[in-house]
Amino acid sequence: MRAAVISFPGSNCDLDAVHALNHLGFSAQRVWHAETDLPATDLVVLPGGFTYGDHLRTGAIAARSPVMTAVKAAAKAGVPVLGICNGFQVLTESGLLPGALLRNENLHFVCSTVSLEVASTGSVFTRSLAEGQHLALPVAHGDGRYYADDATLDRLEGEGRVAFRYAADDNPNGSLRDIAGITDATGNVLGMMPHPERAAEGVLGGTDGALMLSGLLEVLS
Amino acid sequence: MSLRTRAHEFGLTGAEWDEAVRREGRDLNALEAAIVGAMWSEHCSYKNSRPLFGAFPTTGPQVLQGPGENAGVVDIGQGYALAFKVESHNHPSAVEPVQGAATGVGGILRDIFAMGARPFAVLNSLRLGDIESERTRFLLRGIVEGISHYGNAVGVPTVGGEITFHASYSENPLVNVMALGLMRHEDLATGTLGETGNTVIYVGSKTGRDGTGGAVFSSAELTGDSGADRPAVQVGDPFMENLLMNATLEAISAGLVAGVQDMGAAGLLSSTSEMAFRGGLGVDIDLGLVPTRESGMQPWELVLSESQERMILVPVPGREQELFDLLARWELDVADIGTVASHGRYRLHWQGELVCDLDVKLLNEAPTQTREGVEDPAITALRERDLSGVPVPEGLAGTLHRLLANPTIASKRAVYERFDHQVMTNTVALPGAADAAVLRVKGTNLGVAAAIDCNPRHVWLDPRAGAAGAVAESARNVACVGATPLAITDNLNFGDPRRQDVYYQMQQAVLGIAEAARALDTPVTGGNVSLNNQYLSEGLNVAILPTPTIGMVGVLPDVNRRAGMAAPGGEAHVYLLGSGTPVLGGSEYLATVHGLEAGAPPQPDLDAEKAVIGAILRLIRDGLTTTAHDCADGGLAVALAEVAIASGRGMQVELPGADRPDTLLFGESHSRIVTVVSADQAEAAEAVLDSLGVTWRRIGSMAADTLAIRHEGRELLSTAVSDLEASFAGPIPDALAGVPQA
Repeated sequence: MRAAVISFPGSNCDLDAVHALNHLGFSAQRVWHAETDLPATDLVVLPGGFTYGDHLRTGAIAARSPVMTAVKAAAKAGVPVLGICNGFQVLTESGLLPGALLRNENLHFVCSTVSLEVASTGSVFTRSLAEGQHLALPVAHGDGRYYADDATLDRLEGEGRVAFRYAADDNPNGSLRDIAGITDATGNVLGMMPHPERAAEGVLGGTDGALMLSGLLEVLS
Repeated sequence: MSLRTRAHEFGLTGAEWDEAVRREGRDLNALEAAIVGAMWSEHCSYKNSRPLFGAFPTTGPQVLQGPGENAGVVDIGQGYALAFKVESHNHPSAVEPVQGAATGVGGILRDIFAMGARPFAVLNSLRLGDIESERTRFLLRGIVEGISHYGNAVGVPTVGGEITFHASYSENPLVNVMALGLMRHEDLATGTLGETGNTVIYVGSKTGRDGTGGAVFSSAELTGDSGADRPAVQVGDPFMENLLMNATLEAISAGLVAGVQDMGAAGLLSSTSEMAFRGGLGVDIDLGLVPTRESGMQPWELVLSESQERMILVPVPGREQELFDLLARWELDVADIGTVASHGRYRLHWQGELVCDLDVKLLNEAPTQTREGVEDPAITALRERDLSGVPVPEGLAGTLHRLLANPTIASKRAVYERFDHQVMTNTVALPGAADAAVLRVKGTNLGVAAAIDCNPRHVWLDPRAGAAGAVAESARNVACVGATPLAITDNLNFGDPRRQDVYYQMQQAVLGIAEAARALDTPVTGGNVSLNNQYLSEGLNVAILPTPTIGMVGVLPDVNRRAGMAAPGGEAHVYLLGSGTPVLGGSEYLATVHGLEAGAPPQPDLDAEKAVIGAILRLIRDGLTTTAHDCADGGLAVALAEVAIASGRGMQVELPGADRPDTLLFGESHSRIVTVVSADQAEAAEAVLDSLGVTWRRIGSMAADTLAIRHEGRELLSTAVSDLEASFAGPIPDALAGVPQA
């Protein structure tokens, strides 16, 4: 299964994503943001990092990179697109997902492992998981507080588009309705703040990320 | 008319001016005077400390690059090498903590990737004043914010370190940052210019006026007016650093680079003149070609600016265009600013004129200073003080709680949660979970461990024993995770070297480091010196405690055979390895509970240290234990409490030895390690320990939820682990709360 991991200037989890995906059986490669075409691929990953130094707003400049036109076309054509952390921010900035990621409520960067609850199994990314299942995944961000107006939040919940929520009392950033990850209307695009690629090998202390990514691999196969 | 009368304005003494004139055979112009002043500052020349370094062991089969380059490099096997170095950003952090700390991280990372190694871990050693003071809180918040802002964005994990508090650092905090980088042997790069005729390339941020004269500033003492020096503090841009790092490493790996160096202290000047010096070459630079971000910059500003995120690259001849194309792809500013020459001169050109023409050797060989050190008799008296009259406190459980809540000992979790400690997906031991950071090496079974240590109070009371002890402790910490200690980098933080008592501390500390490094086979591969760490206030010269910080690296042949602080579940026994005898002198207990900083601190016994390191490594590698923790600040009782907290379980322990109960519980010593072994492996572990001839004792067993410590049948203390955990949470979260104000 082929995966394309987009490298923007300032991305810093791109190599991590490539490593984890390859470790789990994908065939992943990096694609530079200046490319206007994507290689043939079964999955696009927008990795974590600080694209363009978070200048203007997180993800705002990367969302306007040449490669994003191709990413949008791929999403429309049915290729799954996974945005992790800064990648989630790029997805909201590019309009592929609604809402925005604001500064953490306590105004500080936070790096820790949180408990996530699978809120919906309707998308290709969560189909292999069980609703209500808990995953322990690392977070590391300063701008992870999911925000959208009430109508949008109601719609996301009503349409089963909240993929992950932070478990009770484990919301690290003040996200509205404890939202940690959402999908688009087709279930083809997922943005999430936690890092599954950081929990893909036992030696790093957790494998719940592998559970999610291997599940995705299975579904895609 | 000669500028000699103004020598001090250039950071030179009259004698130094005369020496420069004598060597050059003519008078200096103002630009040349500023250049000599910067290169002869302590920060660039180590003129006060270099003569002491002859004592250091610097070679060994593991050392691929010793002192003198941007960083030291050691072999870790399977074709991999580790570049590592520690550096201070003390004075900038005292004046502007956010940017001071941030640029400290940036500078040390550039030293690492200039060696061709990809930075993959950062540790820091932070020393601050009384945690109750507003200034300390301001500095703590700012320094943590700076490291977080920079390290997280650049994408290198901050995996460990230490944070301690003592009033002597109130005005002059210490920010020592250690970085590690990983590379294949064949990618080792050097800070040289290659051959005559080569091009000198400037890459990275444009040059501004920030940090102009920073090398002189960082070598000067702080005064009440130091706030006015704020323009001398640089501003960091981690985004640019990330691009520069990726581009430089890609260029080195593609074989396009003949020489590379970071523009650090004294910027363009020190980088290019040091590179010329290493190869016995000269260089011609046209300052008019330096990219600038401000108009009207003068030659002295261009050459001395410490604008961040700038590198010098020398392309392999014939491959210049490939290098330019690669750098352009990373969207970096590039300029061809000069040419390598055989003349051995440092020549700067400006608007068609030769404005500086100095001997490269003169710039790099500052006249050194040796002095006579004399111990302050007040310190001698404190060390020799009789402590037998110190009362044993009532309620030893309460004393343990007090020590755990002491900010130096208490949990630093609130700080580490601000740092991305997992990016790059190599971090095996999370900060605070083990005595040293552990990283895996992708594609191999290898692990790398690193620790950074110093007990400044021990050094203050006995510089030689204290500094040797810092090396011993750092080796022990690395061994406690299962790594063989390999080599050290040191950051020598002291006061004013012109003071005889301070010079004595330096001399003795260097001897102590050298002695321990030799005994433990961990050569010194480089480091940093930070002097004049003191504060002048109303005529009082307040020096910091002498702080020779030791950064140790080690290798785990199999990262799956490692240990941390947490004990296994099930029936398990607690052991104390090593022969160290605890003493009250210089202990955290004596300072915290009795307000007394006195007595002879523990003396390291380096043979015993080697024995205990060998023993714990053997137990871990034979799969007989996954728990190891050394006894440091707060003694055995604190070490046991920390294991209990990490395990979420209690312990029943009977203390060995014959001494007053507070000494047995809280006295400090070297060469002691607590380990926990599952009951079904106890017999095998004990047989191994017996065969090694190391001192060991089974002191107790893991228990439900209470830590109970007895001695000679009498209970000394008993307390719930959940209460210990509450005390250990300590004052750091509160001190860190709020947003740093510039």
